[in-house]
Amino acid sequence: MIGRLGAIAFNTYREAVRDRVLYNLILFALLIVGSSILFGQISLEINRIVLINLGLSAISLFGIVIAIFIGIGLVSKEIEKKTLYTVLAARPVRRWEFIAGKFFGLVMTLTVNALLMSVGFFAAVLYVSHKLGRGDLQLVTAIYFILLEYVLITALALLFSTFSTPVFSSIFAFAIFAIGTFADDLRGFAQMANGLPRWLMTGAAYLVPNFASLNVITQVAHDVAVSPKLILLNTLYVVVYTTAVLTASVWIFERRNLK
Amino acid sequence: MTRDLRIQTTCALLLMALLATSVFLVRQVDLVSDDAPLQEVLYIPSAKAVQRMSLGYSGLLADIYWTRVVQYFGARHQARAMHYRILSPLLDITTTLDPRLIPAYEFGSVFLAQKPPEGAGDPLAAARLVEKGIQGNPQAWRLYYDLGYIYWLELKDPAKAADAFDRGSKIPGAHPWMRVMSAALAAHAGETETATYMWTNILNSTDDPSLRSNAINRLRCLKVDSDVKVLQDRVDTFTKQNGLTPPGWPDLISSGLLRRVPLDPKGYPYQLVGGRVQVAKPDLFPFITRGLPPGQAPGDIPGESGFKVVPSK
Repeated sequence: MIGRLGAIAFNTYREAVRDRVLYNLILFALLIVGSSILFGQISLEINRIVLINLGLSAISLFGIVIAIFIGIGLVSKEIEKKTLYTVLAARPVRRWEFIAGKFFGLVMTLTVNALLMSVGFFAAVLYVSHKLGRGDLQLVTAIYFILLEYVLITALALLFSTFSTPVFSSIFAFAIFAIGTFADDLRGFAQMANGLPRWLMTGAAYLVPNFASLNVITQVAHDVAVSPKLILLNTLYVVVYTTAVLTASVWIFERRNLK
Repeated sequence: MTRDLRIQTTCALLLMALLATSVFLVRQVDLVSDDAPLQEVLYIPSAKAVQRMSLGYSGLLADIYWTRVVQYFGARHQARAMHYRILSPLLDITTTLDPRLIPAYEFGSVFLAQKPPEGAGDPLAAARLVEKGIQGNPQAWRLYYDLGYIYWLELKDPAKAADAFDRGSKIPGAHPWMRVMSAALAAHAGETETATYMWTNILNSTDDPSLRSNAINRLRCLKVDSDVKVLQDRVDTFTKQNGLTPPGWPDLISSGLLRRVPLDPKGYPYQLVGGRVQVAKPDLFPFITRGLPPGQAPGDIPGESGFKVVPSK
């Protein structure tokens, strides 16, 4: 089973690299170098803050866009190209293994991508600050949270990919990402309602993925520490939520008539 | 030259020519368009709305807005504008997006407080901005310093200034002279000696050339204020003793009230016009409150730098 999962995951990674996904690194490098020079000249006193905000936001956004655009095609593209039938029929691969393998493959791609961007990002921070200190470990925490974002959005894109067309899947994925960033507000709105609407809204607010707590970029830009408890809780949350989404994906995929 | 190379070269040249033409055309369009400046437009006036639309990337958006504040202020300041219509809302949006962005409160309050054309001339908005900063960053003692400064010099409210300095002095790490300032303001609110004490402290506590230059400028102006007060007293004494206003400094020197012709801190002789002491070149002293030519009010003179200085960290 592990071998089959690994093969699908590695194949997904190889396809993504072949699709020139890592080209975004060039854009990222230009953005970081350009911003560290430009903002130093046109802004007052916040050169390092800008660099951290821009660098981490870029790592986050690039990854999310890649996760969505590749994730939405993971299943539908295989169906369209008829390669799925070969995989499922000719080889001893179960449907859930296919889903899980695709998921891990894309997460692996995004992780490699994020690691390479992080190297560039830390080089720029070093250039601006002239040194890296213990306080910069908070930046690593922020990057870890960004990786958790990737995991969550990859699972969601994959879920939509199991039952919808790529266009609609991408719309759904972007929408759910946007809604997820409002998770805190949604819970606040729910508190303002009464009776049944309150229960329904509260339920919906807790069901949407909580992207809000995964974004600590502004916080770390000001060297404010992220609590270890938040790191633990966010990790557990992403593991649980992703497993739930993948379970739903497998469930839908198992019921699909692929003939 | 092969056919392929010819095609590629032609395409490259054509592309460059077309892009250059399009840039030229855009510049022409700018010239004939309505001249309402772009920077005067606030696309989304609500800070909360911008925050919601940032999708969690509020820090990045705050940096962009702060850069826009700096550019907007810089452009208006350079144009010696008399109003800064969107400065306050821009600062509100910036600090709502990132309440920890201390430079936005510090520099923003300076931009807002100074009289036009040096700034927006809205010290109340400056005080509100700094109070907002203190609310979000209660441990940032420099914000209390800024608030004290605004109340003292811009709003002429020494009691509130003393209170702000006092609150700031209680924060761990605050400059020791915050406490002294609080006491001095409470005792001698608004006096030249207090101001001289403060600017001397600032001059001695920073290595930044621009801040040092500003502090020296302020100290020169305070010296002028002090000199003019003393000289005017001597002139009034002469008038009382002789029953006529002295036509020039030699009369005061010969009567023993002065030893020599008095010079201002830039080395120019003070003027005595109709029994009134004034400086020879008011432009050199943008912050003086005494010794200005008749009809000129304090703050009317554009200075080389109207910026308040912030003590070094």
